Amino acid sequence: MSKINELFTNKLNVINVGIENFRDDLLKQNANVTHLEWMPPGRGNPELIAALDKLEDPSVTDKIEAANKEAVERIINSQPVLIGFDQAINVVPGMTKNTILHAGPPITWERMNGPMKGAVTGAIVFEGLAPNIEEAAELAASGEITFSPCHEHNCVGSMAGVTSASMFMHIVENKTYGNIAYTNLSEQMSKILRMGANDESVIQRLIWMRDVLGPILRDAMKLNPNGIDLRLMLSQALHMGDECHNRNVAGTTLLIQALTPYIIQTDFTVEQKKEVFEFVSSSDYFSGPTWMALCKCALDAAHGIENSTIVTTMARNGVEFGIRVSGIAGNVWFTGPAQQVIGPMFAGYKPEDSGLDIGDSAITETYGIGGFAMATAPAIVSLVGGTVDDAISYTTKMAEITTTENPNVTIPMLDFIGIPTGIDIQKVIQTGIMPIINTAIAHKDAGIGMIGAGIVNPPIEAFEQALLALSENIK
Amino acid sequence: MTVQVLVKPNTYIDSVSLMSLSTKANQIEIVEQAIIAMGTEMNKEVIRNVGLMTPEVESAKTSDLVIIVKAASEELCERAFESINVLLTKKKDSSKGKSEVKYSTITSAVNGTPDANLAIIAVNGSYAPREARKALENNLHVMLFSDNVSIEDEIELKTLAQEKGLLMMGPDCGTAIIGNVALCFANAVRKGNIGIVGASGTGSQEVTVRIHEFGGGITQLIGTGGRDLSEEVGGIMMLAGIKALEEDDATKVIVLVSKPPAPSVEEKVLAQIKQCKKPVVVWFVGGNEEKVTQAGGHFAKMSKEAALKAVLLAGADESKLNKRALNLPLIEEVRAKLKPEQKYIRGLFSGGTLCDEAMHIAMEKFDNVYSNIQRDPEYRLKDVRVSQDHTFIDFGDDQFTQGKPHPMIDPSTRIERFIQEAKDPSVGVIVMDFVLGFGAHEDPVGAMLPAIIEAKQAAEDEGRHLEIIGYILGTELDSQNIEGQINKLLASGATHASSSQNAGLLAREFVVKGE
Repeated sequence: MSKINELFTNKLNVINVGIENFRDDLLKQNANVTHLEWMPPGRGNPELIAALDKLEDPSVTDKIEAANKEAVERIINSQPVLIGFDQAINVVPGMTKNTILHAGPPITWERMNGPMKGAVTGAIVFEGLAPNIEEAAELAASGEITFSPCHEHNCVGSMAGVTSASMFMHIVENKTYGNIAYTNLSEQMSKILRMGANDESVIQRLIWMRDVLGPILRDAMKLNPNGIDLRLMLSQALHMGDECHNRNVAGTTLLIQALTPYIIQTDFTVEQKKEVFEFVSSSDYFSGPTWMALCKCALDAAHGIENSTIVTTMARNGVEFGIRVSGIAGNVWFTGPAQQVIGPMFAGYKPEDSGLDIGDSAITETYGIGGFAMATAPAIVSLVGGTVDDAISYTTKMAEITTTENPNVTIPMLDFIGIPTGIDIQKVIQTGIMPIINTAIAHKDAGIGMIGAGIVNPPIEAFEQALLALSENIK
Repeated sequence: MTVQVLVKPNTYIDSVSLMSLSTKANQIEIVEQAIIAMGTEMNKEVIRNVGLMTPEVESAKTSDLVIIVKAASEELCERAFESINVLLTKKKDSSKGKSEVKYSTITSAVNGTPDANLAIIAVNGSYAPREARKALENNLHVMLFSDNVSIEDEIELKTLAQEKGLLMMGPDCGTAIIGNVALCFANAVRKGNIGIVGASGTGSQEVTVRIHEFGGGITQLIGTGGRDLSEEVGGIMMLAGIKALEEDDATKVIVLVSKPPAPSVEEKVLAQIKQCKKPVVVWFVGGNEEKVTQAGGHFAKMSKEAALKAVLLAGADESKLNKRALNLPLIEEVRAKLKPEQKYIRGLFSGGTLCDEAMHIAMEKFDNVYSNIQRDPEYRLKDVRVSQDHTFIDFGDDQFTQGKPHPMIDPSTRIERFIQEAKDPSVGVIVMDFVLGFGAHEDPVGAMLPAIIEAKQAAEDEGRHLEIIGYILGTELDSQNIEGQINKLLASGATHASSSQNAGLLAREFVVKGE
């Protein structure tokens, strides 16, 4: 029977695009209808539509599909394992005494926002390069400090992402593909360097982290020959109700549980070990950076695959939001203006106090957790509008702009479907759906710190530029 | 007994899910014993204890998924693995349908609803071809409502549909009935044994409604879009439609509705009619009888005639049909009321083919018939806002719908024009259509009513009779209540015509002078 004749005999099941009244009339007649939430592709921009058309030409679609398949397989098959801790100067590629790494795409001292300037000056004081914040600012402006994005040194950094030579780093090795990713240690609490605070208490904590916490973790991991399989732990944390960007309660417990047997075997005093455990229990964010390094490690393995339209980086420096795409190798950033984060704030703060979106932590959404996995974290649905249904719809919505589901990291509430994985530039531009990022809000001024948390979307311009570049680059 | 092992490296499933998967795997009939577990030391111990350890399992890592099957033969093991794979992936289905999933693209909607078989696309014409192409690539039949789609795009889409054996209705296709479901603008009509392929929306609606009134019914109404029978498009969809209806067991008679095709296309259509095993009624507005008859088709000059021929060919008993003959005494009565200077018809239509039909009926007796849709440039209105002699206006044409909804939904433009025409002392008759059915205005007569009452009163005050003919296209199954619409119209003093054809004939006969 021909397809047309099959249509005559089968029950009508319509996909309705455009006028909503047509759906209503079909429903009255008991036909099945799916009404699309449709938007003009590329916001109706003919140049973008032409680029989409070019990428969808049958002669290139197959190549893109194959490249994207490889990219997401690399993300899914990556096995990031925490293998140790050490100071940045010892491990991070290209690190020098005068280098300060920061979050997001490249930025100069002059253009940095308040929180990042606060963090940079604090770090300069912490490193002993200047005696106080004022002179630190002069030094930062003098040209003697090398500023560089974390991402361009195999690193990721939370919020301002400021990372200096003597800070201790996670070392995460991708057992499948061999690459390594690094990230700073969590400072816990809200008045902290990465949020732009830089007073004496902040510097003192950094010194303790350098002299006690870091070395204990380093020595502990030296006693663990197999490392800690972070992806297994991430999967467990998701099952326990974390989305591992803003909620890290379960993940932190699992991580410290895995570290404890080794920590207690180190040569430090009981008092120092007690300080470490008290520090970890002082806030749930201890494992936050750990997951970021995991995500970075997996995504780096998928970067630079010719013809792939998969996003491998999303990061913000507080002024610009930048992305990198697998099919365009190296450090080519596509950027747009950083947006305001919308969400609940600590008492006494108003939206106009907030600094714009900042941090490399959107690497978690790039991997498929955080905002993408909200459905698994009902405890913090207040961040996304308050209801569990909202949280679920955030996750299901992300499936529209991603390539596949990661079967290794699953969401119980959605019948164990995998997290949405592999943001596809083409799908973002086609649908107009932007990635959902849940993130902290730093005060716009230096020296204050975290004032809330909420939801933000990247600027669409970054994706539009990436699409145009991909359409030109396609081989 | 055979034991086989499958190790999926780097695949994580949590332990509780694994237990339930193992339970289900052990329930598979051909499975003697099955273990699905992560390659942890603890699990390896269990596997050792039940005697299923192999070197492969021994070397599996904590992050590897291990599947062990014991069954009667190697082949059964293989089959068991297949069943287990289904268990591993099946979970996706059950999450769907629980809450309404919203999709933004045709592709994702198709992935989510694999039974989808048709896409209705009604978006701005500059985006429409792209969406239609996606739908066809996803093996959906398409009804493309959008207009302003280039003929190049239309040809490309229809060619793709042809290659894939799919329907590509449109662009600019507003009417279809598939599987007894009305799509976009169509009337609620009985299910029956007559299939229609229509290149004109309201023309097809009219034929379905007349067939319904004659007691017949419809199998499918396939819309093609108005350009399908042009030289460039070559009738791709009409030819495909005829073929599909010919192969459809439920269809006994086929009706074709269109404006006259391009000559080369007409040849193709007629050639196919000649081969067709089923009777084909052809109503091409203003078409040529001889060619159709030669091809073995049944020619109809007008819409009601087309419906009548179809129901008779489908087996209706002619003696039992009410053919609703023209009311001849009424014609005499109205002619007597009109003054000598009231010479002209003004047709104000929301349906394009209804306009065309009334116009062609007028053209049989008059040679000064003007319209915005006249094909002869000489008789096309210079300014669509100004009527001339006999004038028939299709308010659904592009000049009137730029940035406005179709007059079948929004009657405002037509109301204004009606008021203007009613004041013209040279006008004898104003004829209008009122389209009911899915997609249409909920009370089209009611919207025009105050204007009709006022205009008739004003004419009377000036000492002239203004004849208004209303035709209501609809069935008693339509939601607008046709009975109520007719009553409203009659109460205003207008004349009700029982069909599009009769509306045209009455309008013409009322103003014919000196016969």
